[in-house]
Amino acid sequence: MAEHRTTVPSTTGTEAVKRGMAEQLKGGVIMDVVTPEQARIAEDAGAVAVMALERVPADIRAQGGIARMSDPDMVQGIVDAVSIPVMAKARIGHFVEAQVLQALGVDYIDESEVLTPADEAHHIAKSEFTVPFVCGATDLGEALRRIAEGAAMIRSKGEAGTGNVVEAVRHVRAIRAGIRRLTTLDPTELFVAAKELRAPYDLVAEVARLGKLPVVLFTAGGIATPADAAMMVQLGAEGVFVGSGIFKSGDPVQRAAAIVQATTFFDDPDVIAKVSRGLGEPMVGIDVAVLPESERYATRGW
Amino acid sequence: MSRKPVVGVLALQGDVREHLATLPGLGAEAVTVRRPEELAGVDALVVPGGESTTMAKLAARSGLLGPLRDAVAGGLPVYGSCAGMVMLADRLLDAPADQVTVGGLDVTVRRNAFGRQVDSFESQVEVDGVAGGPVHAVFIRAPWVEQAGEGVQVLGRVVGGSADGRIVAVRQGNLVATSFHPELTGDRRVHALFVDIVRRHLAEQAGVDAGNERGTS
Repeated sequence: MAEHRTTVPSTTGTEAVKRGMAEQLKGGVIMDVVTPEQARIAEDAGAVAVMALERVPADIRAQGGIARMSDPDMVQGIVDAVSIPVMAKARIGHFVEAQVLQALGVDYIDESEVLTPADEAHHIAKSEFTVPFVCGATDLGEALRRIAEGAAMIRSKGEAGTGNVVEAVRHVRAIRAGIRRLTTLDPTELFVAAKELRAPYDLVAEVARLGKLPVVLFTAGGIATPADAAMMVQLGAEGVFVGSGIFKSGDPVQRAAAIVQATTFFDDPDVIAKVSRGLGEPMVGIDVAVLPESERYATRGW
Repeated sequence: MSRKPVVGVLALQGDVREHLATLPGLGAEAVTVRRPEELAGVDALVVPGGESTTMAKLAARSGLLGPLRDAVAGGLPVYGSCAGMVMLADRLLDAPADQVTVGGLDVTVRRNAFGRQVDSFESQVEVDGVAGGPVHAVFIRAPWVEQAGEGVQVLGRVVGGSADGRIVAVRQGNLVATSFHPELTGDRRVHALFVDIVRRHLAEQAGVDAGNERGTS
């Protein structure tokens, strides 16, 4: 990568560069990868970024145990393998894992419910970091609490590692409906709305004014096909995280490229039909309805 | 009388919405471009910020790369910010070996030249042709112009620090590129400079067309 480092008298780690980075990812697909080889496949397929992790969510589910930040050697291997941005996951509340990931030079940290939470009350105080954070949310209140802590990007949680898009749909619809509701309220009603959302009033008022979150909204958790990705964008997601859906499928190379095309041409059924042909087996899914409460990742985070 | 210029924003991936929101206030009609037939209907094009490798692959796979190259060769005014600068460059450094570009700008551009995201920064840049003081510039995993050919006009450079003097804004004919993202700051002056180029180009074309008509009648 670049051997030129800058010490231009200027400011790093500002809200504008953190949120602005997420704006650059819009309309794109961020892919989970566990090896440098997978990272290169993702880059070749047209991913806007890769998420470096030790096990994809489907394997975390299958194997159980405590899921932690990835080994630094493994993260470094992926950082060195590709020229696109590299994200990595830290456990909810584990601010030292986040410090380590920042020191490794990752471009974005996902404070993720897919890993085993390290703090059952507090999320990471994200504003203190130079590196930006993305956090999961199931509804508007949760999204705004994360933004208040400094998240520069939100993704709907969905239910990771299931290959089942139903929870992603539920969460994006909930976030978008929450936003639409705020835009219909009288300004004098926003105080109670903030109380009900358990979110700071200033952020609630900002969303009511903008008609959108003040940061980029992606979707995650169960996207397995090009049609899944296109549906989520039509529902209002500005981009897509695909976790287990690519490298747990029969033909990752083809499927990755197809999901990238479908995300760009989300409103063009002819393109989606064309790229959906001949992809081989999708990942085997899990019916979320039979998933016990204790095995649902989306309930992690507060 | 001159009509309102139609400026397309390449909408394969990236911060398309911010460019679409900036252009109407400058008297241009802004439309998205993802297909060759949409490209054929615009007077000018903005290539937004985003991930240049993704944009290049999508352009190639959707059959848009050839028409984009033809349009640039035919004199279409194009402005590229960040990834857009990479897309317009004739030569790249620190890019995957197979990364294609639209090209047209006789420059060598180094991708992610300032470093990783933790090195992304805000600063002030004086831009030639932009009056009213320096532009507030947001650099995000930004490229710079490592080397510019003779026909390329350097419009702006970084001041201070180890990247002092690095080229971050250029123009060559109807092509303009910046390493930074004016679309993120609400400062419309760089876009205004570009829309001005578009208007002049349209006026010249109208003059040529009128001349041709007189010649053939």
